[in-house]
Amino acid sequence: MTDGSQVAAVTKALVATMQQHGPIPLNVSMSCGAGELLAIVGPSGAGKTTVLRALAGLVQSAAGRIVVGDAVWFDAAARINLSPQQRRSGFVFQDFALFPHLTARDNVAIAVGGEMSRARVLAERLLARVNLKGLEDRRPQQLSGGQQQRVAIARALARDPAVLLLDEPFSAVDQMTRERLKRELVVLRRSLNIPIVLVTHDIDEAQALADRMMVLLRGETVQEGTPEDCRLRPTTAAIARVMGETNVFEGVVTAIGKPGQSGRLTWAGGVLEARHTGDLAVGARCSWLIPAESIVLHRRGRPSQGERENPVPGRVTEVVRLGEQTAVTMTVRGTETLNLNFRLPTHAARRNELEIDAEITVSLLADAVHLMLGVRQS
Amino acid sequence: MDWGAAGLSLKLAFWTCVLLGPISIVAARWLATTGSRYKPIIEALVLLPLVLPPTVLGYYLLVGLAPGTVVGTLAQAFVGGPVLFTFIGILLASLIVNLPFAIQPMQRAFEAIPQHVREAAWTSGLSRWDTFRRIELPLAWPGMVSALALVTAHTLGEFGVLLMVGGNIPGETRTLSISIYDSVQAFRNADAAVMAVVLLAVSFVALLVMHLNSKRV
Repeated sequence: MTDGSQVAAVTKALVATMQQHGPIPLNVSMSCGAGELLAIVGPSGAGKTTVLRALAGLVQSAAGRIVVGDAVWFDAAARINLSPQQRRSGFVFQDFALFPHLTARDNVAIAVGGEMSRARVLAERLLARVNLKGLEDRRPQQLSGGQQQRVAIARALARDPAVLLLDEPFSAVDQMTRERLKRELVVLRRSLNIPIVLVTHDIDEAQALADRMMVLLRGETVQEGTPEDCRLRPTTAAIARVMGETNVFEGVVTAIGKPGQSGRLTWAGGVLEARHTGDLAVGARCSWLIPAESIVLHRRGRPSQGERENPVPGRVTEVVRLGEQTAVTMTVRGTETLNLNFRLPTHAARRNELEIDAEITVSLLADAVHLMLGVRQS
Repeated sequence: MDWGAAGLSLKLAFWTCVLLGPISIVAARWLATTGSRYKPIIEALVLLPLVLPPTVLGYYLLVGLAPGTVVGTLAQAFVGGPVLFTFIGILLASLIVNLPFAIQPMQRAFEAIPQHVREAAWTSGLSRWDTFRRIELPLAWPGMVSALALVTAHTLGEFGVLLMVGGNIPGETRTLSISIYDSVQAFRNADAAVMAVVLLAVSFVALLVMHLNSKRV
C-alpha cells in the first residue's frame, strides 16, 4: 500500500499525448483531472483500446508523453518508459482477465502484493467495497459476469492506483446487470480521487457516466469536452455521427448570427434560423445538426405556440413504438431523402394520430441548430 | 521378468523427465509467446523426432557421437568417458526423441493462457518472473503433467534409437523393450509376455493420466 508521499501523488491529473504513424495511427491529446471520469468514445477500430493500453504501458506509441501528477510514465523524447508494473494503473479488461486458478480473494490479494496473509485482509476489505462480501472463496468460473467485473475492479484498486483504466467494462454483462454496475461505479467513483478513463463505444453509457469525453476517429482526438458539448456542439459531421446524432444535413449560410440576431441558412428549399453560426462566412457550405430532442411536433389540428420557429412540413415514413417512447421518421416535404428523426412520448404520438403517411409539421428550435465546418463526409 | 531391465527403464524415464522438464518448460513458454520469425523452423525441428524413423535418428546419433568427431569428443570430455553404448548415451538419445512429447503439450498449455491474463498480472504489479511463477505455471500445470506422463510412457517403450545408440548391454543399456525383443529372440515367450503386459499397463495408465488431466484444463 502507500505511504504519505504516494497519497499526495495520487490526487494528480493525467495528461497524455501520443503520436505514431503505424501500425495503428495515433494522434491523441487528452487530460483527465483527479476525481474526473473521462470517456474515450469512437467507432470500432478507432484506437480506443490502444490508447488505454498505452496509458497502462502494455504498448508504447512512437512519440508522446504520459504524465500523472509529477510522475512521468512515458516520454518518448527523453526515453522514459515505465513498465506496467511501475505505472500504478488499475486496469479493468473487457473480458475481466481474472486469474482462473485463484479465488476472488487471491485475485485481489495478489495485486495488493507483499505478504499474502496481510494482503488477503486488505483484499477482503476491497471485495466488501464492491459488494462481494461472502463470495471471497469462489473462483472466477463460479461467479456471474457482474460479480467477475466487481472482482476485476477490486483487483484494479488493490494497488492503490494513480489512474483507473476501464476498457468496455460493461460489454460482457447483460442489460440488467449493466445498469446496476453503472450505478455502483457512480457511487464508487465518489470515493476515488484519481483520474478514471473509460473506453466505450456506447454513447449513452459515456454520457451517463462521464464528466468529459474524448472523441477518437481513426486514432485521432477530434474533440474533447463535456458530453453535452460533444453531442450538441460537435465540430464536424463525422463527430456528430459518432455521437449517435442522425439529423445531420448540409446547407448554405445566408446570414451571420450576431448577438441578439439570428443567422440563417438555406436548406431543402427553405430558410432556417440558427442562433449560433460560429466562424462561418456568408455563402459557406456547411454541415448542420439538429438534436432529436430539439425537434418539436406541431399539434395536429390545434395551433400552438412556437410554430413559427423553423417550421418544416413533411410526411411520416416510419413509426416505431419503444414502450413509453415512440421513434418517428419524417421525410421533409419536397424531398425524398431528407429524413428528420425524433422521439416523443407514446401517448403524444397516439393523441396526434401519428401513423405512416400522416402529414405533419415540426419546428426545429433555432437555439439548437448547430452549424459545423465543412460538408458531411460519407 | 528382467528386473534389471525394468529398473533401468524406470531410471531412464526418471532422468529423462527430470532433465527434459525444465528444458521443455522454457522452450514451450518461448514458443507459445514468441513472435519470432524463426518459430516455424524451431517447431519443425522439435517435431522431427516424431516423424523420423528411429533408426535414422539412431544412425545420426551414432555417427555424430562417435569418438573422433567434434560432437563426440566434446560429449566425451563433458561426461568424462565414452558416450555411445553407455547409459549416458541412451539418456541423450531419449532426451532428443522425447522433445516433441514434452514440448508440444506444454506449448499448447501455455498458448491456452489468454494474453490478457498475463497483462492483467503485469498491471497488477507482478513482475514477469512472478507472472510466470504464480499465474502461468499453475495454469499450465495440467499440460506439464500430461507431457511428463507421455514422456514416461514413451521412454519405457522406446526401442529403435536406444538399440542403435546403446546396444544391448545388461545393466547399462538393456531396457525393458529391448529385453522383450531379446526374450522373443531366445524363445523365452513367457518372460516377454510378462514384460509386455507391464509396458501395456504403464502406457495405458499414462494415457489415462493425460486424459483425466485434459479435463481439468
